[in-house]
Amino acid sequence: MIAALPTYRVERGTTASRIGTILGVVLLALLIALPFLTGRATLRLAIEIFAYLTLAQMWNLLAGYAGLVSVGQQAFVGFGGYMLFALVLFLGLNPLLALPVAGVLTAAVAVPTAFVVFRLRGAYFAIGTWVVAEVYRLSFAQVSALGGGSGMSLPAAAVRGIAADAQLRESIIYWVALAVALLALATVYLLLRSRWGLALTAIRDSEPAAESVGVDNDRTKLVVYLVVAAVTGVTGALIFLQKLRIAPDAAFSVNDWTAFVIFMTVIGGIGRIEGPIVGTLVFFVLRALFADYGAWYLMLLGLVAVAVMLVAPKGLWGYVADRFALQLFPVQRRVRLLEEPRA
Amino acid sequence: MLETTGLTAFYGDFQALFGIDVRMQQGETIAMIGANGAGKSTFLRAITGLLPTRREQVTFEGRPIGGLPADVIVKLGIAMVPEGRRLFPSLTVEENLLIGAYGRRTGPWSLDRIYQLFPVLEERRSSPGTALSGGQQQMVAIGRALMANPSLLLCDELSLGLAPIVIREIYRSLAQITAEGMTVLVVEQDINQALAVASRVYCLQEGRVTLEGRPTELTREQIGRAYFGA
Repeated sequence: MIAALPTYRVERGTTASRIGTILGVVLLALLIALPFLTGRATLRLAIEIFAYLTLAQMWNLLAGYAGLVSVGQQAFVGFGGYMLFALVLFLGLNPLLALPVAGVLTAAVAVPTAFVVFRLRGAYFAIGTWVVAEVYRLSFAQVSALGGGSGMSLPAAAVRGIAADAQLRESIIYWVALAVALLALATVYLLLRSRWGLALTAIRDSEPAAESVGVDNDRTKLVVYLVVAAVTGVTGALIFLQKLRIAPDAAFSVNDWTAFVIFMTVIGGIGRIEGPIVGTLVFFVLRALFADYGAWYLMLLGLVAVAVMLVAPKGLWGYVADRFALQLFPVQRRVRLLEEPRA
Repeated sequence: MLETTGLTAFYGDFQALFGIDVRMQQGETIAMIGANGAGKSTFLRAITGLLPTRREQVTFEGRPIGGLPADVIVKLGIAMVPEGRRLFPSLTVEENLLIGAYGRRTGPWSLDRIYQLFPVLEERRSSPGTALSGGQQQMVAIGRALMANPSLLLCDELSLGLAPIVIREIYRSLAQITAEGMTVLVVEQDINQALAVASRVYCLQEGRVTLEGRPTELTREQIGRAYFGA
């Protein structure tokens, strides 16, 4: 009976993942050297890409792994951004130092937020998170010390605190953005390979079954929610550090910080680490080519989303990975047939 | 160690259990038998926190636990081998076993001990759990429950969908587990299997206990009547 069964070997690393490692090191070296190779415009674009990459990676962890489909991540982007301005303005903190502090504060505010939204499930959770984000936006518009509805700029003296020279300043922000993106990637990777990852995988397979073996589903999800909030907050602070200006509508934009991020994650492939990376790159290519067409560009994004959903519901990376058995980040357990089943 | 008093359970408006009184002593092997829909699985779901019950209706090691969340009950020391195995398809055999230890209770059971009990699982440790045969999957499910180092092991329909020879093998390993002092509650439709391992038996019918006693002291007619209500 056993002889009739095919023989398998399950492994995490694949040839593709080993090639990926080598390519990754080369790519990383190039990215670190980028400020010496290009001008400020490219750096700005790169910072934006890294910020979106981080947001997409975090949304993927939240929705793709923990099943928490939030439409309100702009709450944490905006909050992180505002915390940066508040810390610099009121406490005189160096903006670079204010970044991690903003992340911690965002995680702290995510605790009471979770208390509210975790009472909701599924679609209600999604709408609930959006409503909470709107409350954030309306609240910050009331704070006149932070510029109220029209927003405020970062004082020039504080900006010079990063570096006196504009080119160097941009470079430093670029390196920080790169570091944050890599840190987010590493966080997701390590989380998925840990005991928590095992629990998250079990929860994704079956919530009742996971609970029956002793996994505290709600607590596991809460931890993911808070980690995601912290990293999203740091990213928000970084985004508005580059913009040097913040206003409620821009800070808590559902379109910029959640809709586009969902687009990237879903197009790339939700529930896979590689998905958000592919999706972010696709998004920026589309934007570079078609953003000048205004409303047509947005319709094109919608069309692409619909087409991918119909043709490759697992996203572009999901489609490619299934076809060619590729995996750059070995977190999924891969089953390999060693020999043909004997009939 | 486990005691239910007047345990009731509902699915919405439908009442599935009507005041079940069960008492288990440390080290006992209890069988709960009954036809389809008699309330056996409901009874297990109520004990393990998957169905809401009143706190005082279930006590475990002197502590009222009725209606506590399922994961808390596992951490208190009650583990279940669920009906239909319910392995995690994304996890390998070894990972399915490891997640059983998620609650981090200490005790005699470890990965090595499980592999001693079921050597075939060690050979197939890296296979996806769901690629195994039914009997081997049942071994993983038992191993996963033991990894929680429970003081009470609940087994729901161990024989379901398995060949007779495999069922005998599974029950042989269960005897090994009880021999080490584990308290076990076996829920079964297969009366003969259940009676062979049990020191005491409860028979359920339409959500009520219709018979209780030692298998050696019960007659075929008594069991038949309690089981079918004939």
